[in-house]
Amino acid sequence: MNHLPLIIKREYLAKVKNKSFILMTFLSPLILVGLLSLVAYLTSVNNEKVRTIAVLDESGFLSETLVSTDQMIYENLSDISLEAAKKLSNKNNSYGLLHVPDLAIEDVSSQIKFYSEESPSLSLISNLESKIEKRLGELKLKKLGVDLSKIKAAKTYIDINQENFEGEKTSKTGSFLKLIFGGAAGYLLFMFIIIYGNLIMRSVIEEKTSRIIEVIISSVKPIKLMLGKIFGTSLAGITQFAIWIILIAVFSVAISFIFGIDFSATPQQEMMANAVSENSANSEIQVIISEFNSLPLLNLVIAFVLFFTGGYLLYSSLYAAIGAAVDNETDTQQFVMPIVMLLVVGFYVGFFTSLEDPHGTISTVFSYIPFTSPIVMLIRIPFGVPIWEQVLSLAILIFTFVITVWIAAKIYRVGILMYGKKPSYKELIKWMKY
Amino acid sequence: MSTLLEATNISKNFGEFQALSDVSIQVPKHSIFGLLGPNGAGKTTLIRIINQITMPDVGHVILDGEPLKPEHVQYIGYLPEERGLYKSMKVGEQALYLAQLKGLSYRQAKKRLNYWFEKFEISHWWDKKIEELSKGMAQKIQFIVTVLHQPKLLIFDEPFSGFDPINANLIKDEILQLRDEGATVIFSTHRMESVEELCDHIALIHQSKKILDGNLIDIKRKHKTNTFEVGLSSSNLRDLESQISERFDTSPAEFKSLEDDLKLNIKLGASDTSNDLLTFINANAYINHFVEVIPNANDIFIQTVKNNSL
Repeated sequence: MNHLPLIIKREYLAKVKNKSFILMTFLSPLILVGLLSLVAYLTSVNNEKVRTIAVLDESGFLSETLVSTDQMIYENLSDISLEAAKKLSNKNNSYGLLHVPDLAIEDVSSQIKFYSEESPSLSLISNLESKIEKRLGELKLKKLGVDLSKIKAAKTYIDINQENFEGEKTSKTGSFLKLIFGGAAGYLLFMFIIIYGNLIMRSVIEEKTSRIIEVIISSVKPIKLMLGKIFGTSLAGITQFAIWIILIAVFSVAISFIFGIDFSATPQQEMMANAVSENSANSEIQVIISEFNSLPLLNLVIAFVLFFTGGYLLYSSLYAAIGAAVDNETDTQQFVMPIVMLLVVGFYVGFFTSLEDPHGTISTVFSYIPFTSPIVMLIRIPFGVPIWEQVLSLAILIFTFVITVWIAAKIYRVGILMYGKKPSYKELIKWMKY
Repeated sequence: MSTLLEATNISKNFGEFQALSDVSIQVPKHSIFGLLGPNGAGKTTLIRIINQITMPDVGHVILDGEPLKPEHVQYIGYLPEERGLYKSMKVGEQALYLAQLKGLSYRQAKKRLNYWFEKFEISHWWDKKIEELSKGMAQKIQFIVTVLHQPKLLIFDEPFSGFDPINANLIKDEILQLRDEGATVIFSTHRMESVEELCDHIALIHQSKKILDGNLIDIKRKHKTNTFEVGLSSSNLRDLESQISERFDTSPAEFKSLEDDLKLNIKLGASDTSNDLLTFINANAYINHFVEVIPNANDIFIQTVKNNSL
């Protein structure tokens, strides 16, 4: 008699037909996209505001330096005193007043001032600073008798071509891409474990509180019930995730179509895009494509599936054991805490250490420890991890998984029939011997 | 009569706590076997061992001539004391699921469920959720699910708790009918009135040990004290009483009668027969009431438990 498919089917349907599950599935993407578009909308409204900056340049150094754009109008004032200029720009509701006093070029740099009613935005000030810096630098060079066109001709942009000893090429863009890949994989696993691990735990508790458990385990071995629960819930989770991704994509397209909001237009991204385009101009997209192709894609996909499954199953068996050990959700706290801590450690090591130094000691060690390895390894793999290391880490993970399932099944078997009291860790250990 | 289930020398410890100690029972085929004992005696542990939910530390169980193995679950129907159903699942779906876990095919399960639902006149519950039903209604579903796969061995742990008297009677009749149709029933309870009505055999478990078992009638015979309850009328009741007291051990008795009787419990001596008593009182009074005092299960239960906890 094979009960496992039957149990998986029931668990899956029980989750999928649940009203709050359905609601979450369809509402979450709507809320997420709604919030994002609200933020994007507000940002764009903010950006669309045209700012006027009055400029009182008594030195004359800045002529032709500050060129008005669609969002920024520079209004050159002349032949008035600083006080009058302040009053005028306040009266005209200008965003601010930039004052460059009439001093020698060597002294002027520390005397430039910006007056405004509210404190100005950081990006605006640094933008002004860099423009003035550049201009004054050029003027100084000119004064020293240097030919600017020669300097421009001598200017060199460097993008170091990275290549490892085996001849695989990488670059900064590549690193960025790897960071996104590894980070996304690690984050996905982290979220998945937390959301669906809890769901498994709750469904075990539900079986206990509804007192159906003894009826079921008189027909089915507890370990089968536990595994069926884990697989069924996971399938429901995958379904939900898939629907989320599709819905988010659909909603995003729909909203940007209807309201004309461009999600990529957040200021940070713009700044980044500017920075990139200044450096490597038009070949950027080609670089991304070629970098993408040079990622160990096959390895990445296989490792993702294996580590994701392994890590998820490892944690979910622990969640199932917790559910079996307690009577109600409020009692789960003391047992869930250590699990979440383990996850968080994996997450932090992955995101802060491994992204910075993917092959350092800490990352390497943590990519072998089974409770952190799924996240850390997934983040490391895009940077190139030898296959034997991956296999070893996976072997440790699977070995631990088998042991954990065995232990969890023991706790589960005893725990599901225990009512009324919250067990201590000591008792849990005792249960394993029953 | 052959034996369906035989548990031999079962012991089970949970850590320091001894739940069962060297317990053996034989359950004859087509009988109703009462597993009795105070709360916490170890009944449920024994039942769980028979259901292979827990394993015994020592001892073995034989079902229908074979050592107990996982496939046997489909021959056993178990209604636990701690019972319930998935609250948010529909009645029909749930019954089908549980029946399939017991090894029935979907089609078989559906057919038999239709039969039972019609029998209990509850077909209109099929699409309701358990949480919409009352506790008694849910218990009926639970009973159907327990017997649906026509198990050879039915185990009921406190089956009547949660039923009103009408439904309890309905279930009792069903249990008797199942026995007559060939099932063997193990019936665990501490409510003695149902034991009298249903059980052919009993085993009494107390503080993890079996302290009494056998055929209920044999046990009663063994526990009877040769005492008779009599109601007598005579012109002089006081003289009558002292006459009898000289000859036999007597104590006052309590029962209802129409006459203003002398009511006595009379215990016979070792060599006396009931006829000796009858002859004796017949000579002195009119006999309105004469009945042998048969110990009921409750008395035996309490007395045996008391004797064993000394």
